[in-house]
Amino acid sequence: MSDYNFAYLDEQTKRMIRRAILKGLAIPGYQVPFASREMPMPYGWGTGGVQVSAATLTPDDTFKVIDQGADDTTNAVSIRKFFEKTAGVATTEEASAASVIQTRHRIPEDELREDQILVYQVPIPEPLRFLEPSEVETRKMHSLEEYGLMHVKLYEDIAKHGAIATSYAYPVKVEGRYVMDPSPIPKFDNPKMEMAGIQLFGAGREQRIYALPPYCQVVSLDFEDFPFEASKADHACDMCGATDSYLDEVIMDDAGNRMFVCSDTDYCASRRKAGHVGAQGTPFEETAA
Amino acid sequence: MTPLLKVENISKFYGNRIGCENVNFDLYSGEVMGIVGESGSGKSTLLNCLAGFLTPETGEVRFEMRDGEMRDTVTMSEPERRMLSRTDWAFVHQHARDGLRMNVSAGGNVGERLMAVGARHYGNIRAEAVDWLGRVEISEERVDDRPTQFSGGMQQRLQIARNLVTGPRLVFMDEPTGGLDVSVQARLLDLLRGLVREMGLSAIIVTHDLAVVRLLADRLMVMKDGHVVETGLTDQVLDDPQHAYTQLLVSSVLQV
Amino acid sequence: MIEIRNLSKTFTLHNQGGAVIPVMHGAELVVAPGECVALTGASGAGKSTLMRMIYGNYLAAGGSIVVDGVDVVQSEPREILALRRDVLGYVSQFLRVVPRVPTVDVVAEPLLAVGAESEAARAKARELLARLNIPERLWSLSPTSFSGGEQQRVNIARGFAHDYPAMLLDEPTASLDATNRETVLNLIEEAKARGAAIVGIFHDEAARARVCDHEIDVSIYTPGLTAGAA
Repeated sequence: MSDYNFAYLDEQTKRMIRRAILKGLAIPGYQVPFASREMPMPYGWGTGGVQVSAATLTPDDTFKVIDQGADDTTNAVSIRKFFEKTAGVATTEEASAASVIQTRHRIPEDELREDQILVYQVPIPEPLRFLEPSEVETRKMHSLEEYGLMHVKLYEDIAKHGAIATSYAYPVKVEGRYVMDPSPIPKFDNPKMEMAGIQLFGAGREQRIYALPPYCQVVSLDFEDFPFEASKADHACDMCGATDSYLDEVIMDDAGNRMFVCSDTDYCASRRKAGHVGAQGTPFEETAA
Repeated sequence: MTPLLKVENISKFYGNRIGCENVNFDLYSGEVMGIVGESGSGKSTLLNCLAGFLTPETGEVRFEMRDGEMRDTVTMSEPERRMLSRTDWAFVHQHARDGLRMNVSAGGNVGERLMAVGARHYGNIRAEAVDWLGRVEISEERVDDRPTQFSGGMQQRLQIARNLVTGPRLVFMDEPTGGLDVSVQARLLDLLRGLVREMGLSAIIVTHDLAVVRLLADRLMVMKDGHVVETGLTDQVLDDPQHAYTQLLVSSVLQV
Repeated sequence: MIEIRNLSKTFTLHNQGGAVIPVMHGAELVVAPGECVALTGASGAGKSTLMRMIYGNYLAAGGSIVVDGVDVVQSEPREILALRRDVLGYVSQFLRVVPRVPTVDVVAEPLLAVGAESEAARAKARELLARLNIPERLWSLSPTSFSGGEQQRVNIARGFAHDYPAMLLDEPTASLDATNRETVLNLIEEAKARGAAIVGIFHDEAARARVCDHEIDVSIYTPGLTAGAA
C-alpha cells in the first residue's frame, strides 16, 4: 500500500482533474479538456472513469464498480481491486452502501442519494462526432448552440427504421444548453439522469471530462411526432420477477431457450434476498451468488 | 429603394499577393449579378469574402436584415453571421460534395436547415423535403437515398433544394454548372431561372462561363488580377465590351 | 416617348491596336406615342447600332436617350432592366432562349415578368402563336429546334405579348410569307393604335410605307467613311 500515492495518481494530477471536474459541474454538459494520464490499463477499459474516481475518492469513501450493471465482470473486478490496492478504500457491491460508484454503460436501478457520486466511463464524449468529423467544427457548434445536426441523426433513424432506433448513447440536452453524450447507457436509463447524486463523466483516450450537478435538467432529444421513449425488453426478470428493471437477454442453449435477467446484479440479488422469485428463478440461498 | 447588399471597398490579400482589391457594388432585391473572369482573377476570393468564409482586410459587406437595418456582416458576431447563412443566405458550391452531407439521405440533407432553425416535427420536415425535391425534379422515391447514389446533376439540384428550403433572400453560387454535362447544365439553368423569378431571389453567381451569365445574370462584373475592370448590364457588357480584357474574353468564346 | 439628343458612339478595339472607330455622331430622334419611325440607310450606316443603343445593349459615347423619362445613357442596370420589363420591347432578328423551355412559356415570359397570372399569360401566348401560324403541336416544344422562320415568328409573338408603350423592331417582316407578314403588320398597326411609340428597321419598302409615319436616314449621322461596324 505505501508503495503508491493514495489512489495511484500523484496529487498534482488529482488537483488538475478536480479543477476539470469543478469546471464541468459549473457548466453542466460542457466537455472540459484535461491532461489524461497513462493508466496501467488499456484505453477502452475505463481509463477516464478511473482517473475521475481517483481524483474523487477520499480514504473514508466506499467504492463500487459496475460493468453493464454487473459487479462481477472482469472489468469491474479489476478496477475494484485496483482501488482496494492503491487507495485502500472500502468496497461494496451494494449500491446503497457506496459513496462513489464507477459505472460502465448503466445507471443503478436504485435511486441515488445526494451523498453519492456516479462516475461514468466514456468512450466517445462528442455526440456530434459521427456526423461532423472535425473537432474544430463540433466545438464551434457547441459554442454557438448549433444543434440541428443532432436531429438530422434522429431524422435518418426514423427515415431508415420507421422509429428512432438509437437505443443507447441517446443524446440529451442539459439545462437547455449543451447537447451531451450520456455514454453508452441504454436509453432506458436516460430519465434517471435527473437525479440527486453528482454525475461525472471521464473519457481517457479523448481527454475530456464533463459533469451533471444534482437535480440537473436532462432532456432526451426527440421529435414532436416521434417522442422519446425509455424502452426495455417487454418482460419481467426471470430470476427476481422485477418488471421495472433493465433486462439482459441470456441465451441458455442451442435450442433457442433464453431468459431475461436484471442487468443490475445488485438490484436483482437484493430483490431475491427479499423473497421475490421470477419465472425461472429459485428461492434465494446464502451460498448462491 | 435601398440595396439588399452594399459592398464597399472590399480588399483581401494573401501575403503580398492581391486576392481582390477595392471592390464596390450594390445589389438590389431580385437582382442577379454575375462575376466573370479567368482562374485567379479573384472572383472566388471575392465571393468567399461576401459570404463570410474569408475575412477581408478592408471594407464592409452591408446586408439588409429582416428588420430593415443595414448590418456589416464582416464585423458582426460569428453566431449572427452563421445564423444568417442558415436562414437568409444560401451558398451553392461548385462541387456538390462540398455543400452536401454525403452520408446523410437526400431528405436529411434538405431537412437539416429546417432542423437547424428549430423544426422538430418529423412529418412536417419530411413533407417539406419531399416538396423541395419535387421542385428540383428529384422524385419522392429518392428521398431516403444518399447523394452518393445520385448523378452529378441530381447532386447539384439536391444542393440547391437544401439551400433554398429556408427561403433565403440572397444566394451565392460558385460555378453552379461547372463540371456538368451541357444538357444537364441547361436543365439546371432553367430550374435556377424559374426559382429566381418565383422566389424573388437575389443572387451572385461566380462563373467563367459567359453563356451561363447571359442566361442567368441581369448584371455583370468582370474581374482581372483582383480588380473589377468592367461592370454593366449583362448583354451590354457581352455585346459591347469596353475594357480590353473583356473584349478579349468575349472574343475568345467558341461559337457553336 | 422616345427622345434622342446629340447621340454619339465609338468602338474601341483594344485587341486590334486600340483602333477607335467613330460610328455615330450627333444623332437626333423623337418618337411620339402612336407613331412609327423607320430607320433607313445603307448597310453599315448604324441602324442596328442606334437601335441597340436605345435598348441599352450598346453603350453610348455621349448624348442622351430618354425613354419614358429614363435616360438610358445614364441609368443603372436595374433601371434599364425595369424599363425593358415594363416599357420598352425589342424584337431582334435572333431568338435567344434557355434551352428546354417550351415555346408557350418563352412567349409568356414577358407577361410573367410584369406579374401576370400564369394561366392568363399562357392564354395570351397561345393566342399570339395561333395568329402567327405556329402549329399547335410545337407549342410545348423548345423553339431551339425550329426552322429560322418559325423562330422569327416565336420571337415576334414574344415581343408583342406584353403591351409595351415603346417598341423596337429589327426587320420584323423579314423572311415571312405573305400571310404572316400581314399578321405582323396588323400587330404593328394595333400597337400604334393603342399608343405605342415604335422605332423600326424595314428592308421591306411596302411594309415601311404602310406602317411608318416618318423615315430617318441614319447615314447623315455617320462620320466620314468608316469601316462600318454594324
